[in-house]
Amino acid sequence: MADAGNDYRLRCLKQMLRIRLVEETIAERYAEQEMRCPVHLSIGQEASAVGVCDALLSDDRLFSSHRSHAHYLAKGGNLKAMMAEIYGKRDGCIGGRGGSMHLMDPDVGMMASIPIVASSIPLATGTALSDKFDKNGKVTISFLGDACLEEGVFHESANFAKLRGLPIVYVCENNLYSVYTKLADRQPDRPLTDIPAAHGIAHRHVDGNDLEAVREAALWAVETARSGNPTFLQLDTYRWREHCGPNYDNHIGYRTEEEFQTWRLQDPLERYRKALEESGTLGPASFADLEKNTQAEVNDAFAFAITSPLPEPTEALAHVYA
Amino acid sequence: MSMPEATSAPDAPVINMGTAIRDGLLEAARRDPSVIFFGEGVEDPAALFGTLKDIGKHIGHDRMIEMPIAENGLIGIAIGAAMAGKRPVVSLQRVEFALLALEQILNNAAKAHYVSNGRHNVPLVLRMIVGRGWGQGPEHSQSMEAIFAHVPGLKVIMPAFAEDAKGMIAAAVEDDNPVVVIEHRWSHYTTSPVAEGYLHRPLDGPRTVRKGDGLTIVATSYMTLEAVRAADKLAEAGYPVEVLDLRVIRPLNLDPIVESVARTRRLMTVDTGFRMFGIGAEIASEVTSRCFDLLDAAPVRLGLPDHPTPSSRGLVKGFYPDAARIARTAAEMMGLDDTRISAMEEEILADRKDLPLDVPDPFFKGPF
Ligand SMILES: Cc1ncc(C[n+]2csc(CCOP(=O)(O)OP(=O)(O)O)c2C)c(N)n1
Repeated sequence: MADAGNDYRLRCLKQMLRIRLVEETIAERYAEQEMRCPVHLSIGQEASAVGVCDALLSDDRLFSSHRSHAHYLAKGGNLKAMMAEIYGKRDGCIGGRGGSMHLMDPDVGMMASIPIVASSIPLATGTALSDKFDKNGKVTISFLGDACLEEGVFHESANFAKLRGLPIVYVCENNLYSVYTKLADRQPDRPLTDIPAAHGIAHRHVDGNDLEAVREAALWAVETARSGNPTFLQLDTYRWREHCGPNYDNHIGYRTEEEFQTWRLQDPLERYRKALEESGTLGPASFADLEKNTQAEVNDAFAFAITSPLPEPTEALAHVYA
Repeated sequence: MSMPEATSAPDAPVINMGTAIRDGLLEAARRDPSVIFFGEGVEDPAALFGTLKDIGKHIGHDRMIEMPIAENGLIGIAIGAAMAGKRPVVSLQRVEFALLALEQILNNAAKAHYVSNGRHNVPLVLRMIVGRGWGQGPEHSQSMEAIFAHVPGLKVIMPAFAEDAKGMIAAAVEDDNPVVVIEHRWSHYTTSPVAEGYLHRPLDGPRTVRKGDGLTIVATSYMTLEAVRAADKLAEAGYPVEVLDLRVIRPLNLDPIVESVARTRRLMTVDTGFRMFGIGAEIASEVTSRCFDLLDAAPVRLGLPDHPTPSSRGLVKGFYPDAARIARTAAEMMGLDDTRISAMEEEILADRKDLPLDVPDPFFKGPF
């Protein structure tokens, strides 16, 4: 890209594509039974991870949940270490202790992924508290699903963040489902943003499949948070595959094929690619190149994970105490 | 009969354990600006039974963080702050309030180091108080150390003596792991000479507080005081027994216990929790498997019976193990005749006079 103002566009496109290809490859190879841990794919939700993380500095912090691949990669996590972790190998980002739901790398601000719903929200609020003490200008991002708004700990944390003016952004990726349960069956019919609003927290609600919209909202949220005003983003999006696992599950009856297809047309990657092509930022050939090179990188990471040794059982005893 | 080793000079000021904890926390916070306090009523006039009194005046009020009534969230916040380099000390007025945050404590505090492959530390102190007495009842007086001690990654300590508490609380603050400190409200009243200024006591497990060959009693927290009283009576009667104050529940250092039992050939445990699935069960089974053939008698565990802690003085009669029961059980294990045992028991009860069951015995004002 010649135009510096456009740099982020190609960067974000590439990042979304990379996440997509990684997860498609996981889905493809999952049946080999070598990735022996649950995987929660965010295929279809890439714009939120990438748009938010592109608004961050590398030492800003991020906490995630069970659906953490995209967050980890978008925050600069090491792809090889992620794949080795999913394969349960010694070179995994935490040595095979956690698998797919425990991706972390504090060197790039990826603090933790925690698969208990809402459990990482107070931790994120706590790093924000610490950073406020240290006046180091860092912002913490707390990625949360729509179901997290049902847990008390969200309210406890949001109340405290507002009370103390903490540099935190709560990013709600609203994909409408908690496993098989629709939002409408779990929460009353009111804007999700009423909840942070009730805590006095500034908020924005944008299309979570629109990379530019997400990034712009994130830039606002992060800057506002940096000045000591916690913020909340609602990003509407949709997961394509089953809640946990590599398959499609539209046939089992909790959601309709029509609903899926409507969202399928909102594919954040495809939308962004088209937009960049139409604006002349990207030529069709260069996307094919990008795809080829990225898939090669992904294949390398899988090969690395597959050949990495399994950890020894005695290693399981390490790090119980600091 | 020998007294516990004293590291504070005998002419050091005599203070109670509550004050000793406060002094220990203050000294630790003065040495390290990353120490911050969280609590419900952290600077209110009661200052958590005085254990946080005026700390903010000395280290700055911004390090005293008032907790909204939101234990799961706030303890999670403290864990996060610890991951980012703070040394939070969370103080709860009752053990039970920590139960609202078990998810955070057992999943995140205990495991952050492990699931980060050693990258994260959680140097957190979680203080919680056993509120025994005055009809505190089923939800305000439980002693739940077994729950926390069950979980790898946590350390669990229960100081019983003032000087020990001062030094151990400083060690807890300095420890790079989450340390659960369970303080028994009745131990707060015990007094002893305690050195002024900074004091550090390593979290290294049992300490012998009475010496003797007849029997080994391993006690925790406030039960150590009851055991000491029983041991003193037994010694007067010519049957000195050994009392070990466990102090550190996890990591459990069994060596001094096994060493003592190998000498006395008898083990009794007495702890503040429920007997079933409790600390005593763990110690008795470990000791039995390590020195089965050295035992002259089956180990005996004293603890709370199998029902919640009732509130009424009527209902708590016989609920808590006390010096009389400890003395009787010990004497029976040593094969003393019943008349002698009964006489000793009567003496202990007479010493306590008509004191109600729901207040601590002034005997425990020490110094120990
Ligand atoms: C405390 C807790 N309760 C239940 C679960 C089981 N569970 C795992 S993921 C999930 C749904 C979470 O939905 P949401 O937060 O909206 O995220 P999404 O999976 O849609 O990305 C549930 C209920 C859990 N992990 N933790």
